Amino acid sequence: MNPRRPGTYLLGGVRRLGSVTLFLVQLLIQCVPALARPRLLVMQIYNAGARSLIIIMLSGLFVGMVLGLQGYDLLRRFGSEEALGIAAALGLLRELAPVITALLFAGRAGTALTSEIGLMRATDQLTAMEIMAVDPLRYVAAPRFLGGVIAMPLLTAIFSVIGLYGAQLVGVQMMGVDRGVFWSQTQGAVYLHDVNEGLVKSVVFGLACSLIAVHEGYHAEPTAEGVGLATTRTVVASSVMTLLLDYVLTAVFL
Amino acid sequence: MQNNRTLEIGTGLFVLLGFAALLFLTTQLPASGVKFGGQKAGYHVSAEFDNIGDLKVGSPVTMSGVRVGEVSSIRFDSKVYKAVVSMRIDLQYNEIPEDSFASIQTEGLLGGKYVGISPGGLDSYLKDGGRIELTQSALVLESLINKFFASVASKSSDIQSGSKQGSDQAKPEPKK
Repeated sequence: MNPRRPGTYLLGGVRRLGSVTLFLVQLLIQCVPALARPRLLVMQIYNAGARSLIIIMLSGLFVGMVLGLQGYDLLRRFGSEEALGIAAALGLLRELAPVITALLFAGRAGTALTSEIGLMRATDQLTAMEIMAVDPLRYVAAPRFLGGVIAMPLLTAIFSVIGLYGAQLVGVQMMGVDRGVFWSQTQGAVYLHDVNEGLVKSVVFGLACSLIAVHEGYHAEPTAEGVGLATTRTVVASSVMTLLLDYVLTAVFL
Repeated sequence: MQNNRTLEIGTGLFVLLGFAALLFLTTQLPASGVKFGGQKAGYHVSAEFDNIGDLKVGSPVTMSGVRVGEVSSIRFDSKVYKAVVSMRIDLQYNEIPEDSFASIQTEGLLGGKYVGISPGGLDSYLKDGGRIELTQSALVLESLINKFFASVASKSSDIQSGSKQGSDQAKPEPKK
C-alpha cells in the first residue's frame, strides 16, 4: 500500500474507529463477569484513582487559586467581588474540573495503562493467557477499564472541592472578599443540575479516556517502539476526545 | 501482606475522599442555609423587615461599614406578614444601643445585600435574643423604576390634558 494516498489515511481512520467500537462492545460484555473479581477491580481503582490523588489535589488547588485571582481582578472592575464564589464554583463544576481532571488522568493513568498492557502484549503474556483459556479481556482489560471509569468522577469531585477552597483561599483570605457572602452567594446560584453536568461529563470522559488507553495498549505493536507509539497516541487521542466531547456535552446541557 | 494493606487503605481513602467530595457538592453547595465551619461565638438579635430583597443567610451585618456579624437565619412571620431576620453579632460588639436602626443596603451596583446598623442613643444595650425595632426595608430597583415611570407618565398626561389637573402633579411621592 502506498501510504501517501489520502484514501489510505481515511480508510485507516475508519478502520481504527471500527476497531475501537468493536473493542468497546467486547469490553462491556466482559465487564459483568469482571465484577465477580472485585480484588482485580480494587487494584485498578487504586492504580488509576488513589495514585492520581496528589496530582489532582495540587492541580485543583492551583487552578482554584488562579480562578480566585483572575475572577477577583475582573469582577472588581464591576464592583461585584461578591460574585467571585459563583464564578469559581460554576467554572470549576461545569468545565474546569471535568476537563482538567480528564487531561491529567490521560497523562497520569492513561499512559500507565497503555504501556502496561502494551508490554504484556509485547512480552506475549496476553498470548499466554489465551493459550491457557484465560480471557485477557476479562482479567486484564475490563478491570482496568472499569477502574478508570469509577475513578474519574471521584477525582473530578475532589478536584472541584479543592479548587473551590483554593478560590476561597485567594478571594477571602488574601483579597478580603467577605467569607459569608462568598459562600452564601455561591449556594444561592449553584443548582443541582450544575453538579450533575460536571458529573455526567466526568463519567463520559472516564469512559472515553479509559477506553482509548486500554484499546491502544491492547492493540499496540508488540515492540518497544510500538508500545512507545501507542502511549503517545493515548495521550493525544484522549486529550482531543476530551475537549471534543466537552463541547458536545456543553451544547447538550445548555 | 504489607502490600495488600497499603492497597486497601489507599483505595479506601481515595473512595472515601471522592464520596465526601461528591456529598459536599450535592448537598452543601446548592442547598442554602447550611453552615460552614461550625457555629461561631456571638449573640443573636432579630429585626423585622417589610422586604429583605435578596438578603441571604451568611450576608454580613455592618456598623459604619465594619463587619460586626452575619445573618444567621431568615424566616417569614405569617402573623405580622414581615420577614424576621436573625443576626449573630460578634461578642466583642456588645454595646449596641437598644434603639439602633437596621437597614438593608446593597454592596456596589450589582452586589449582594447586607444589613447596616446605625447606633441609637440609649444607654441600654442589645442582648442575646433582643430585637431591633427600627428598620428600613431593602430598596427594590424595579419598584423604584416603576415609581419613576409612573411619575413621568402622570406628568406627561398632565401636560397633554392641559392645566385642569395641574395641581395633582405637584404632589410629591410619599417618602419613608
